[in-house]
Amino acid sequence: MKGNEALAEAAVRAGCRHYFGYPITPQNEIAAYMSKRLPKIGGVFIQAESEISAINMVYGCAAAGTRCMTSSSSPGISLKTEGISYLAGADLPCVIVNVQRGGPGLGSIQPSQADYWQATRALGHGDLRIPVLAPSTVQEMADMTGKAFDLADEYRAPVMILADGLLGQMMEPVSFPDIGNADEPRAKAVPKKWAAVGHGNSRGKNIINSLYLQPEKLEEKITERFKRYEEIKNKHAGAVSENCDGADIVIAAYGATARIARSAAETAREKGIKAGTFRPLTLYPFPEKELREACKTAKKVLVAEMSMGQMVDDVKLALECKLPVEFFGRTGGFIPGPGEILNKITEVT
Amino acid sequence: MPKFARPRSLADVETHYCPGCAHGIIHRILAEVIDEMGIEGDTIGVCPVGCSVLAYDYFNCDMIEASHGRSPAVATGVKRSLPDKFVFTYQGDGDLAAIGTAEIIHAAARGENFTTVFVNNTTYGMTGGQMAPTTLPGQVTQTTPYGRNTATEGFPLKICEIMAQIDGVALAERVAVIDPKSVFAAKKAIRKGFEFQKNKQGFSIIEVLSTCPTNWGLTPVKSVERLKNDMLPYYPPGVYKEGAVR
Repeated sequence: MKGNEALAEAAVRAGCRHYFGYPITPQNEIAAYMSKRLPKIGGVFIQAESEISAINMVYGCAAAGTRCMTSSSSPGISLKTEGISYLAGADLPCVIVNVQRGGPGLGSIQPSQADYWQATRALGHGDLRIPVLAPSTVQEMADMTGKAFDLADEYRAPVMILADGLLGQMMEPVSFPDIGNADEPRAKAVPKKWAAVGHGNSRGKNIINSLYLQPEKLEEKITERFKRYEEIKNKHAGAVSENCDGADIVIAAYGATARIARSAAETAREKGIKAGTFRPLTLYPFPEKELREACKTAKKVLVAEMSMGQMVDDVKLALECKLPVEFFGRTGGFIPGPGEILNKITEVT
Repeated sequence: MPKFARPRSLADVETHYCPGCAHGIIHRILAEVIDEMGIEGDTIGVCPVGCSVLAYDYFNCDMIEASHGRSPAVATGVKRSLPDKFVFTYQGDGDLAAIGTAEIIHAAARGENFTTVFVNNTTYGMTGGQMAPTTLPGQVTQTTPYGRNTATEGFPLKICEIMAQIDGVALAERVAVIDPKSVFAAKKAIRKGFEFQKNKQGFSIIEVLSTCPTNWGLTPVKSVERLKNDMLPYYPPGVYKEGAVR
């Protein structure tokens, strides 16, 4: 299956019956898949008039307590950030997928990782964080989608899956054992007593809102939300470290680039360089403890990205300047080759 | 004789609306319709950004606060998730006819089964009286201090006339709230919209011509005069489209 299709099927199996989107390459397979799949199982697919409308349909649907999703690619995500800020401010659970392409502006339709800063720091105005999951295989495109819906419901927060054009378009075998099937989604829907579904004259009214005119109220709301972010950090920050015990150099990369970094590190080891790899599964929260643990013996860290260097900031922050951090990146739609990363490894060791 | 009392669907709280503002009347007739249909427990309202931003505190049904102009998209998400519930949006002219033009046009084009109450007072009230898309030619506002000049600021949007061209619209009706007769007519129009919604027969919009004494710089009485003399000729009340679309 294509990465985009695996993600869409996983969403269905996670109990998502409502999808709202707008065409943009390289994620169109998600909307196409949903438009075929959802009507057959009593779901709703809407091709909205804009990215802004799509994210606001998600806002309404999530406000009604229903699992829902939207997907887009970089320029479209910029349009959605208004809605994402409101979703965060109103504590509404949903899943937002970014299959990254080149930027800024229209950029390109080739794979990219240049939205790391946007995803981890700037998905809308205001004091907010959005949990961001970073798949690296088609299987993870599926698995992380299931996890994203659960996280969103548990913490009443919008959750982002940050993929890229390479992962979206590539085909790999995928299975869905941990996600459930279409008839019996794993979704152990958390009861949503807060949802606006009509009070049925049996309770007080529910209000879904992000406006708090009294500073005390707004500060209280945000402080409570940041406590939830802290809990997400403690419970869900994750990474995969390989060959880091005794490594002299650790190569940190996420998503599609992590696959290439892995093969570069393998070749480096064959050449006698003690190279390990570190791959964050969550970009926010960034797996800081895991990185420090992976770098225990390292003398240097090399960060590889499909950008001019964005995650490298989080690596430096996590390492608190205790280790030199090098960077290698390609941008504009180029996928770094294993040879290029290997050259950089050799150069810096 | 039925006793004149506060509708159940209207919360017993003080509103922040200015003296002479018609939001209070429009809230009330909307709440009366909800009461009379007995649907307050099955209704979800979506309120806008603008003077009625705090409407979630004033209605006694479940309420959602949307971002500026996006209420029709939000209402679409709610209604598609809960097709048997009643959903309304309550929007002003800046919200609906400027920043939210795309959202309202396409919700109408999809024939979404919800009802929009569109309050047109020809200005942005909440932010201090700037030019709205419905500001009349020559009208002085904070951002048209020399009067709206159609050579540079263009022309007002006539929303009901636009809605009448859209196949997904079951009801597009313009009303005013200037005297008891017109208030009753306005209420009847809102009820009609909710009936179309009940039968899942398409999108309904009721444009209510309203006053803004504060930003017009007029007394409440003079404001009603202005509505009658200046607004009614430009925005004639009436039914612009009526009939089930499905």
